[in-house]
Amino acid sequence: MDTILKDRQKQILIKGKDQFQMECAKASLAGSVSQRACVFCGSRVVLYPIVDALHLIHGPVGCAAFTWDIRGSLSSGPQLHRLSFTTDLSENEVIFGGEKKLYKAVSELIDKHRPKAAFIYSTCIVGLIGDDVEAICKKISREKNIEVIPVQAPGFAGTKKDGYKVACDAIAQLVGMSKESKTRPNSINILGDFNLAGELWLLKDYYEQMGVEIVSTITGDGRVDDIKRSHTAALNLVQCSGSMIHLAKDMKEKYNIPFKRVSYFGIEDMSTALYEVARFFSNSEMIRKASVLVKNEINALLPALAPYKQKLAGKRAAIYVGGAFKAISLIKALRLIGMDTVIVGSQTGNKDDYLLMKELCDAGTVILDDSNPMELSKFVQEKQADILIGGVKERPIAYKMGLGFCDHNHERKEALAGYQGMINFAKEVYASVMSPVWQFTKPKSL
Amino acid sequence: MNTTVSNQRTKTYAATRNACKICAPLGASVVFKGVRNCVPLIHGSQGCSTYIRRYMISHYKEPMDIASTNFTEEAAIFGGERNFDTAVRNIIEQYNPESIAVASTCLSETIGDDMEKIIRQFKARHAGESLPDIFFASTPSYKGTHMDGFHAATLSLVKHFASSGEPTNKINVFPGFVSPQDIRNLKTILQDFGLEATFITDYDETMDNPSWYTYKNLPEGGTSIAQLQSAGSAMASVELGKTLAKQQEETAGTYLNHQFGIPKISLGLPIGIHESDAFFKALESLSGKESPAKYIAERGRLVDAYVDGHKYNFGKKAVVYGEEDLVIGLVSFLEEIGLDVVLCVSGGKSGQMKRILKEDIQIKSHTEILDDTDFEEMAERCREIRPDILIGNSKGYYISRELNIPLVRVGFPIHDRMGAQRVQHLAYIGTQSLFDKITNALIEKKQNESPVGYKYM
Repeated sequence: MDTILKDRQKQILIKGKDQFQMECAKASLAGSVSQRACVFCGSRVVLYPIVDALHLIHGPVGCAAFTWDIRGSLSSGPQLHRLSFTTDLSENEVIFGGEKKLYKAVSELIDKHRPKAAFIYSTCIVGLIGDDVEAICKKISREKNIEVIPVQAPGFAGTKKDGYKVACDAIAQLVGMSKESKTRPNSINILGDFNLAGELWLLKDYYEQMGVEIVSTITGDGRVDDIKRSHTAALNLVQCSGSMIHLAKDMKEKYNIPFKRVSYFGIEDMSTALYEVARFFSNSEMIRKASVLVKNEINALLPALAPYKQKLAGKRAAIYVGGAFKAISLIKALRLIGMDTVIVGSQTGNKDDYLLMKELCDAGTVILDDSNPMELSKFVQEKQADILIGGVKERPIAYKMGLGFCDHNHERKEALAGYQGMINFAKEVYASVMSPVWQFTKPKSL
Repeated sequence: MNTTVSNQRTKTYAATRNACKICAPLGASVVFKGVRNCVPLIHGSQGCSTYIRRYMISHYKEPMDIASTNFTEEAAIFGGERNFDTAVRNIIEQYNPESIAVASTCLSETIGDDMEKIIRQFKARHAGESLPDIFFASTPSYKGTHMDGFHAATLSLVKHFASSGEPTNKINVFPGFVSPQDIRNLKTILQDFGLEATFITDYDETMDNPSWYTYKNLPEGGTSIAQLQSAGSAMASVELGKTLAKQQEETAGTYLNHQFGIPKISLGLPIGIHESDAFFKALESLSGKESPAKYIAERGRLVDAYVDGHKYNFGKKAVVYGEEDLVIGLVSFLEEIGLDVVLCVSGGKSGQMKRILKEDIQIKSHTEILDDTDFEEMAERCREIRPDILIGNSKGYYISRELNIPLVRVGFPIHDRMGAQRVQHLAYIGTQSLFDKITNALIEKKQNESPVGYKYM
């Protein structure tokens, strides 16, 4: 019995020991209990936070049931995105086709909810049973005079990452639809923040303090009309590059909008994300405002972090998250509170991401791509991690083995981005690592 | 009164809006997780298994290793056999399980993968090797709900494993979709009657393991293969769930009855005094023993509690929702304590719920019954009815929040609270727990809403 499957050996690298080029960005191995979901999931998580759109899943019930109100993406207005709509195909419709039901379902819901646009996700079997979803979307679009956008997301057609691209293509259909064409000065689109626990609002506040106009937020607290005029922004800021880079590239090509990759996790990356914008606009006033903002925030933050750092110094962390950008930022954020990263991995990282992780980590760190519970538990044990940072599916692995856990997932309730997020992060790590409960989880007779 | 109860209804909307059900492979996964040293394998896209794992982890708070054959486009066109082969070999390599339980999906069923054949051919290709037992349940999500997947998986297990043998005094128990704590409680009860029971399946431990320290590739506990085999030589089967009893299609209990002549005793979920009495009476006749004093006392305390709390419950309007058999069980209990069940809701579509509630439970004539429905329809009815309390899984929280009424969380899923694994529903002890929760929720509401607050009830 082997913990590491032969066909996965090249997706695991120990810095300083292994010399090979890490493999990544490939389909999960059948039978390996991958923590990834599927193409549908990728498209759904990205589009989900568009709050004034109707999201309807065309297919049997599971995919809709599993993604009902699944992300903590907050809205400052409409809550339509939190409802789960599906054609809930039954056997008869699988045999005779689901087009009629789809037409009726979408038309009725548009009448009831008056959304600004509708996204119609096709799951695994829709293509196989021959439904012409595109034609129906066009028909409803004409009849109701709103955009009804097909999202072709059969789970098997690639990986979760391919689903990101499907979502970006869907969003791209809205971009540029407003009649405005003049580029707005000092303006940006925020791409790839999903407003989990209100994180986007922290960022918006920082940029607005610097005198930057935010044209659209894609997709956190997203609005269809904002997306339609997002081509008037002067710059695209792309976080979570895995999910939104396609859209940024598309907008560069079509509207000549440059983009910058940023991350808002940790002091370093957050500050860089602010300075980059100010430097881009070559606006001395903006640069001044940014440096005042950064200085004020850091001056307040460092002393607040100090007591946590004192207690956490030397503790070992394992990171396993969806997006690689997040993993990379976390390595730096952990260092800021004195912690070492002994394991780092992601579901969807690419070659460059893993090279960067390797560069940032100390020798002996285990780097993982598309890992599974068996591997994670093995390395966590070997490396004697004190805390695992991950999502819902990683949580019980940590807890069962008696180590701390920090939720860095889609349903988190604490903002972890921005300066406020850094202190929240330190608090959460501290609360888990320092909890007295671990005294009981060591093997011991009563 | 018209005696024929129509089971046909039309939903207001063509779409399902906030489904009050989940898909069939999830139900199958719950059952398969109750088999000892077994790895469930979902034959479909990677997302099927990952979503199911996530959904179950949020409820059970346990590691939930469920493998996937991870369909690619190629597999969707040419069939998933190659992926199945790779998956099984990798599962053996990583987990070395005693069995691999395969659940099909809408995808694999739509492309027409013949699982029996695929498994047979796998075994033929690996003849002579020591392989885990591989068995399969057909669970396309376009057919029924998670409960249909649950029962299909249960049936697949007995069909695959049960064999004839020297008759034993064992009892097969098909508890239905209940909590690990419920199974634990039922086990104790059967033990106290001196009955040796095989729970099919027994996810008491597997879904509620103690703290581990070292990671286990497979959780402890579960029904063993030997136990499953012995299901064919048991003295009787006890199958819980009233819709199951009336189901046209074969159930695990009817299969064992037809195949091996094992008597089947069909009972409702033992919630409330009437149904618990029926359950204990059945155990008395199976064991030839009277109910142990412990349970007479439990029943007595429950009656005592009913009396102590009766005023707080009487006439309060309750909405009950969830799986059909759970709803039926809960309603039977709530009718005993004077709650006015105004609305019963389920996403299930056995077509039996209405009839059973009217004929077996004899609910009040004004009780509305909505099956094959969703949460939005329930929300719309609730806005009109203005109930005092909701009783069901955590997905109804948003309705209770909107209406500012308490929600007592029962069943599955409970994603927003601790202790979902340990919610007790069954027998006198489980009813006692439900009674306290429901009554206290109503008392708390009244207390919170009182202008002065008070220290005595």
